[in-house]
Amino acid sequence: MKEAWALFRRDVVLAWREGGTIGTALGFYLVVVAITPLGLGPDLNLLSRIAPGVLWVALLLASLLSADRIFHNDYEDGALDVLVTGRLPLELVAALKSLAHWVTTGIPLALLAPLLGLLLNLPTDAFPLLVVAMLTGTPALSFVAAVGASLTLGLRRSGVLLALLVLPLYVPVLIFGVATVSAASVGPASPWPPFLILCALSLASLVLAPIAAAAALRTASR
Amino acid sequence: MWSLANPTRFLGIADHVIPWLAVLTFLLLGIGLCLSFFVAPPDYQQGETVKIMFVHVPAAWLAMFGYTLIALASIGSLIWRHPLADVAAKTAAPIGATFAFIALVTGSLWGKPMWGTYWVWDARLTSMLVLFLLYLGLIALWQSIEEPGRAGRAAAILAIVGFINVPIIKFSVDWWNTLHQPASIFRVGGPTIDPSLLTPLFVMAAGFTLLFALLHLIAMRAEILRRRVHALRQVHVERAAAA
Repeated sequence: MKEAWALFRRDVVLAWREGGTIGTALGFYLVVVAITPLGLGPDLNLLSRIAPGVLWVALLLASLLSADRIFHNDYEDGALDVLVTGRLPLELVAALKSLAHWVTTGIPLALLAPLLGLLLNLPTDAFPLLVVAMLTGTPALSFVAAVGASLTLGLRRSGVLLALLVLPLYVPVLIFGVATVSAASVGPASPWPPFLILCALSLASLVLAPIAAAAALRTASR
Repeated sequence: MWSLANPTRFLGIADHVIPWLAVLTFLLLGIGLCLSFFVAPPDYQQGETVKIMFVHVPAAWLAMFGYTLIALASIGSLIWRHPLADVAAKTAAPIGATFAFIALVTGSLWGKPMWGTYWVWDARLTSMLVLFLLYLGLIALWQSIEEPGRAGRAAAILAIVGFINVPIIKFSVDWWNTLHQPASIFRVGGPTIDPSLLTPLFVMAAGFTLLFALLHLIAMRAEILRRRVHALRQVHVERAAAA
C-alpha cells in the first residue's frame, strides 16, 4: 500500500515539477477550441449547438497528446524494468500510472472546459453537468490511453501510431459524453441515461485496461 | 486439432487444400454472380441497385467474421504462444480490412441513389468505419514492431481490447442516429427478404466465405515461408560471422 502510494505520488509530482506537461495539454486544448470558430465562422447559435462536441473532441486530442508520457520516461531511464521485476503487481502499476495521468491531465482539462465553453457560447446552466461529465469520462480516456502507450513503447513514430490505435477506442466515451452535455444544453432528453453509461465505461476501463496494459508492458520490457 | 497446429503439417495440408478450395470458390462465386445479375429480379422499390447488396452484405459479414477470427487467434497466441495462431491473426488483418473497405465502398455507392448521399453518419456506417480503423491500427502495429515475437503479442493484446470494444461501439452508435435498415435476415420470425433475392445472397455469402478462407490460407502459407526464409538468412549470417 505504501509502495503504491509512493509510486502514484512520484508520478504526480514528476508531472507537476517537470513543468510544461500539464501546461502543454491545457494550452493545446485552448488552441484547438479557439481555432474551431475561426474555421466555422462566428455564428453564435451554431457554436452553442456544437459546443459540447467541439469541447469533447478537443479534450480527447489533448488527453491523447500527453498519453505517451504515461510510460515513456520510465521506459527510457530503466525505471520500468525495476517496476516490472518489483513487488507491486504490474496491473496495479499500470492502474496507478493511468490514475496519475488522469489526475495530472484529465482533471485540469475538465476544470478548464467551462472557460472554453464561454468561448463557444455554451449555455451557462450546462456548465456543472459539463464538468461532471468530463470528470466522469476522462478516467476512461486515461486508462485506455495507457493500453495504447504500453503497446507503442519504444517504437519509432509512436505518437502517430498511438493516435491511430487509441482514437477508435475513444468513440463510446465521445458519444456518451457529448450526449450527456447536449441533453443539458439543447435537448429535451434527460442526461441521466448517457451519463450512467459514461460511468459504466469509466468503471469498466478502470478494471480491464490495466490488465491489457500490464500484458503489453511485459512484452515490451523483455 | 493440435497436430494441425504444427506449421509443417499445416503447410502440407494447405498445399493439398488450396487448389480444390480455389476451384470451389470460383465455381460458387460464379454461380452466385450469375444468380444475382441475371436471375434475381429487380426490387420493386430499389430497382437494379438492390444487386449491390449481393456484394455488400457478404463483405460486411466477412469483415466482422475476420475480426472475430483475429481475436480468437490472438487469444490462442497469447495463451499457448502458438506461432501458427500468430500467423493466422497477422494474415487475417489485411484481408478483413479489405472486406470492410469493400463493404464501405459498395454501401456508399448504393447510398447515393437510395439515400441521396454517399455517406451519412449513421450507426451502422460509423461502426463499420471504426472497425476498419481498428484493422488499420492492427496492421500499423504489426508493421512498426520489427521483432515478430513482440509484434505478435502486442497486436494480440490490441485485437482483444478492440474486440471487447466492438460491441460497445456498436451499441453506442446504435443509440446515436440510425438510417441503415435493421437486421432483416437473421431475426426472430424469419427473414423479411423475398426468397428470390435471398437465395443468391446466401450463395454469394458462401462464395465470399470460401474466398476469405482461400486468401487466408494462401497468406498464411506465404507468411510461414517468409518466416522460414528469414530464419535461414539469420543462420546464414551468423555462420558467416562465426567463420
